Amino acid sequence: MQLLSVSGCGRRLELGSGWNGPGLADNLEKILAQISSTGKESGPLTFSENGLDRHDALVASSILEIIRAAQAQGLEVQFETLPDSIRKLIGLALAVPPREPESHQRDNLFTVIGKKSLRILQGSRHFFEFAGELTYSFGRLVRGKARFRREDFWLTLQSCGVGALPIVALISILVGVILGFVGAVQLRKFGATIYMIDLVGLAVARELGCIMAGIIMSGRTGAAFAAQIGSMNVNQEVDALETLGISPMEFLVLPRALSMILMMPLLTLFADALGFFGGFIVALPMGISPGEFWYQLTESLSLQHISIGILKSFFFGIIVASAGCYYGLRSGRSSSAVGEAATKAVVAGITWIIVLDAAFAFVLEAMGW
Amino acid sequence: MENEHIEVRDLTMAYGDFVLMRDLNFTIRKGEVFIIMGGSGCGKSTLMRHLIGLKDPAAGDIYYNGESFISASADQRELMLRRFGVMYQSGALWSSLTLAENVGLPLVQFSSFSKRQIRSIVSYKLSIVGLAGFEEFYPAEISGGMAKRAGVARALALDPEVLYLDEPSAGLDPLSARRLDDTILELRNSLGMTIVVVTHELESIFQIGDNSVFLDVDTRTQAATGNPRELRDSCPDEKIRNFLSRGELGAGKPPE
Repeated sequence: MQLLSVSGCGRRLELGSGWNGPGLADNLEKILAQISSTGKESGPLTFSENGLDRHDALVASSILEIIRAAQAQGLEVQFETLPDSIRKLIGLALAVPPREPESHQRDNLFTVIGKKSLRILQGSRHFFEFAGELTYSFGRLVRGKARFRREDFWLTLQSCGVGALPIVALISILVGVILGFVGAVQLRKFGATIYMIDLVGLAVARELGCIMAGIIMSGRTGAAFAAQIGSMNVNQEVDALETLGISPMEFLVLPRALSMILMMPLLTLFADALGFFGGFIVALPMGISPGEFWYQLTESLSLQHISIGILKSFFFGIIVASAGCYYGLRSGRSSSAVGEAATKAVVAGITWIIVLDAAFAFVLEAMGW
Repeated sequence: MENEHIEVRDLTMAYGDFVLMRDLNFTIRKGEVFIIMGGSGCGKSTLMRHLIGLKDPAAGDIYYNGESFISASADQRELMLRRFGVMYQSGALWSSLTLAENVGLPLVQFSSFSKRQIRSIVSYKLSIVGLAGFEEFYPAEISGGMAKRAGVARALALDPEVLYLDEPSAGLDPLSARRLDDTILELRNSLGMTIVVVTHELESIFQIGDNSVFLDVDTRTQAATGNPRELRDSCPDEKIRNFLSRGELGAGKPPE
């Protein structure tokens, strides 16, 4: 079967049964090659419709490709020789010219580094703006000028506080158990099993209580903040606040940050207590009596250790709330952007908690605490 | 002129380096229904975001009653914002609040009315848009059309001087769309509000529009201003006449 032939009046595309099915794929490239090697002088492209009573999308798309190739070569195309059913659809497809692809100059290494740095700079500027605005909002809160709904504040307080108790309890007890167990097994070798209580007490009070509470709150509440505010952003609810002259910072961020800052120290105290309890569970089968446990715990711990944990938890609260709200407010306007915002909030929250904790460890060590 | 309400001068809108529209110049008079129209993606909603201060222009200025909006101080701007009511495309109701709380929030924040008074105003505003009795519903419990109407009620909460409506009739059934158009006209007639509508629904445009600006996506500037019915019948630009007559003139139709 000859698909494209030159007759007296020019190129002639013969449409026939060969066009349906596998014959097409084999021949399309050949035809396109033939057309691209043809000059204007060969005359118009015409179609003969022998035998084609129905067509599928593959036929139509191939014809479109052929026509585009012919037009690119400057050949005249005689549309009227196409079968009716194809001609109308092809006409629609050709009605709007394809968009010219924008010429993308590839960036060289320096441009890539430059653009990346600018983006990082801009990102940090946004964050400092956020931090500044948040501080300003706290200032307005202190002066009694901040606008937010009390109900929202109570609800967030509840979800950051009471709502988080079960999960914080579970994790803290288990961490206490694990610490106690690891410590007891090692210390027993030296006959110093009783000192596992010091280990559990110090580690939980100074480090693990507040870190675990921070990480749990970041994954639980920080992500929720980002998702809530992010989806409000998608739905233009944040815009609606702004156009009323209500600052989203005061209305959305302030109650959340405030609840977090208030609840984190309490959650940490709770986590500490249950961490000790976890240690106690391990201590009993090791032959340590409740009285001994209590005596050793109070001997090893001072108020200072507990307050270091509480102090840190206060900052962790600020980190978790800020990360959640910041990424929520900066989220894009699509559902995937909301997911991304939640992920970023959790990752940033946990990372900064650990970084800050390390910084505290250095500073406190240097101060001899 | 005294009844000039909003004036847009040499406004250029851009996203970074990408200029969306340049050199926009038009005036919206007090008490008229002004339509911002143009094809999809031409920047109608973006222009509205500029007018309500959600986005700053790359160049140019916007004047409300002769006062510059762009160079206004933060406090002045907040006062100006409070004179706008805005209804967003999807309604943008606060999803954690009931309809009554949505409409009432601006009043709670910015007025000294008692709870009882606010309840009464809220129920009046909801009745205006045909949502009496829906006070305790949450946005998730009502239909899209109702959410839009509730959005209008919220926009009306502070008795604004200018009401902005972003695609009010998009996605509504013909009767609800007609009802919303009637409501818009009634608000203008009885309260003398200036109403700015972003839309490309021709029926609405001709029914409610007193004046309009047409944004042309190809030339990236305004192609014409004027009464939409007059533009349809006698605008020298064929593209606009064609747009306003739903392509009856031929351009954009597939070749036969």
